[in-house]
Amino acid sequence: MDDKTLIARRVALELKDGDLVNLGIGLPTMVAQYLPPGIDVSFQSENGIVGMQALPAGVSPSADLTDAGGAPIGALPGAFAFDSAMSFGLIRGGHLDITVLGGLQVDELGQLANWMVPGKMVPGMGGAMDLVSGAKRVIVAMTHTAKGAPKILKRCTLPLTSIRSVDLIVTEMAVIRTTPEGLVLSEVAPGVSVDQVLAATQAHLIVPDDVSVMAVAA
Amino acid sequence: MDIRNRIAKRAAEYFKAGDVVNLGVGIPGMCSDYAVPGVMFHTENGFIGVGPAATGVQKVEAFSNASSTEFVPVFGSCAFDSAESFAIVRSGRLAATVLGGLQIAENGDLANWTRPGGKFGMGGAMDLVNGVRKVIVAMELCAKNGSPKIVKDCSYPLTGKRCVNHVVTEQCVIDVTPQGLLLVEVLDGLSPEDIQRQVEPRLIVSSSLKQMER
Amino acid sequence: MIGGFMGCGSPHGLIDELVRQGKKDLTVIANDTARPGVGIGKLISAKLVKKVVASHIGTNPETQAQMIAGSLEVDLVPQGTLAERVRAAGFGLGAIVTPTGVGTVVEDGKRTIDIDGRTFLVELPISADFALVNAKRADYRGNLSYAFTARNFNPLIAMAAEVVIAEAEDIVPVGAIDPDSVVTPHVVVDYLVPQEKKNG
Repeated sequence: MDDKTLIARRVALELKDGDLVNLGIGLPTMVAQYLPPGIDVSFQSENGIVGMQALPAGVSPSADLTDAGGAPIGALPGAFAFDSAMSFGLIRGGHLDITVLGGLQVDELGQLANWMVPGKMVPGMGGAMDLVSGAKRVIVAMTHTAKGAPKILKRCTLPLTSIRSVDLIVTEMAVIRTTPEGLVLSEVAPGVSVDQVLAATQAHLIVPDDVSVMAVAA
Repeated sequence: MDIRNRIAKRAAEYFKAGDVVNLGVGIPGMCSDYAVPGVMFHTENGFIGVGPAATGVQKVEAFSNASSTEFVPVFGSCAFDSAESFAIVRSGRLAATVLGGLQIAENGDLANWTRPGGKFGMGGAMDLVNGVRKVIVAMELCAKNGSPKIVKDCSYPLTGKRCVNHVVTEQCVIDVTPQGLLLVEVLDGLSPEDIQRQVEPRLIVSSSLKQMER
Repeated sequence: MIGGFMGCGSPHGLIDELVRQGKKDLTVIANDTARPGVGIGKLISAKLVKKVVASHIGTNPETQAQMIAGSLEVDLVPQGTLAERVRAAGFGLGAIVTPTGVGTVVEDGKRTIDIDGRTFLVELPISADFALVNAKRADYRGNLSYAFTARNFNPLIAMAAEVVIAEAEDIVPVGAIDPDSVVTPHVVVDYLVPQEKKNG
């Protein structure tokens, strides 16, 4: 199983029946493929639909129906299309249960930086600032390091997406919870030791006695 | 023509084809009978395209105006929620609104939603006077007891400050201008002095004073 | 919060049930209190309401009588401001600014802000524990669409309350409402109640 699949499968276990969920572009989008059986969630795409699904095989794409990345999608029965004010009303107004986003950096305060690298990558924040500020639960799904360099830091060096703490960080090495006391290592991936996680992390991690091995969705 | 219809007919002369217009209850509501073709009517409970009052089987509760009278929708009408309805009002999309008045001040202040002590609610009036491009007050010149309704300063709670453009009464038409109240029309058979006696502020008589039809 | 404008678009079955159960000391946020015995007016007639936040009560003499008697508190809000304050709550905004009411009693006790030479009132969001919504159609998930002027405050309150109960005239299978025709998304609707059909 490659790293991204592992992360997506672990994040999928966080979704609960009836949740309204927003998945970011890239790795987070993969989460939808690993939804545990019996769990019925609605996926929102911030460009204006609830009830999106991956474009079913054999269905021709419609130019009027895409995800926030512009890729063609399908709509489930009971889907709902709306304008951007309603879309961000759902996000900010406390109606969105979970958002899953990628990350460039997360720090000891749980703060996320994921929208720009000054001088290099300035794509704009898109909907990320609203999502992190407004969703009931924020999950960061990202690789643990970038070319060997830690991404979980004492303090973010890149511009923040929000001052609000995210709730959970899922990487191919570990699951880390944010708490008022700091970052807590709650799970390690199969075959990964606590020491290996600590070595790949710049931020201080609180290591409880009962760090479990990461479970993943089928 | 009776007084109320005379006022409504004159106020309706401000509408042009293509205008979207909001009418208050009472005399203002009668303006639709005199509007040129092509004027569409907005009702603040969420509809553009209000047509004539519905009768008999035409009555459908979901086509009700703001005073809960059923109407017949016109071709090309549209429905929307209350936030959008007032977005249309405040953003200047409505060409005109015709409202009743309790008091109008020399500077264009309007009081029309309550007398001191009374408390019926301003409904949509405060939004209308703030956002609509032309605010027309259609009312009788004096109160039932003969006291002036066009006053130096409003003593009643205000609906809006400096918001009125035109006042249409059964005896005259007055424009609110930066210089003061400009008497532009007087009813056939009356003189500007007759009007002046019934209002508090000094009226400026237009150099092109017109005669208002009876 | 209760949808409807002079009774049109109010959830009549839910209101009747509140009266039947005698739910007391309600704070009702709505455009108006309709007329005695009609829509929200039934709650007033049954003396179940302790406070009303509305734009207009002039059509219901009972509301006024209870207000004058001191048993009912009334907070009057301009209609467009009421709509936007409810929308702000439902859309997660901290306040809205509006020119409506500047220089009137509505301004009393409120902050003002000058933007580009114009004065605006800072108006705060209004939310509620429950929203009682009336819809024309609902699917079994709770997607809602509305009919004409029966829409009014319904889509706004559906976004702004902790628990959203929708009463629908027709409840149809999931997928029967075109996604483009859905106005209120099922994700905000908690309970769905079929409207009792009138005879004939």
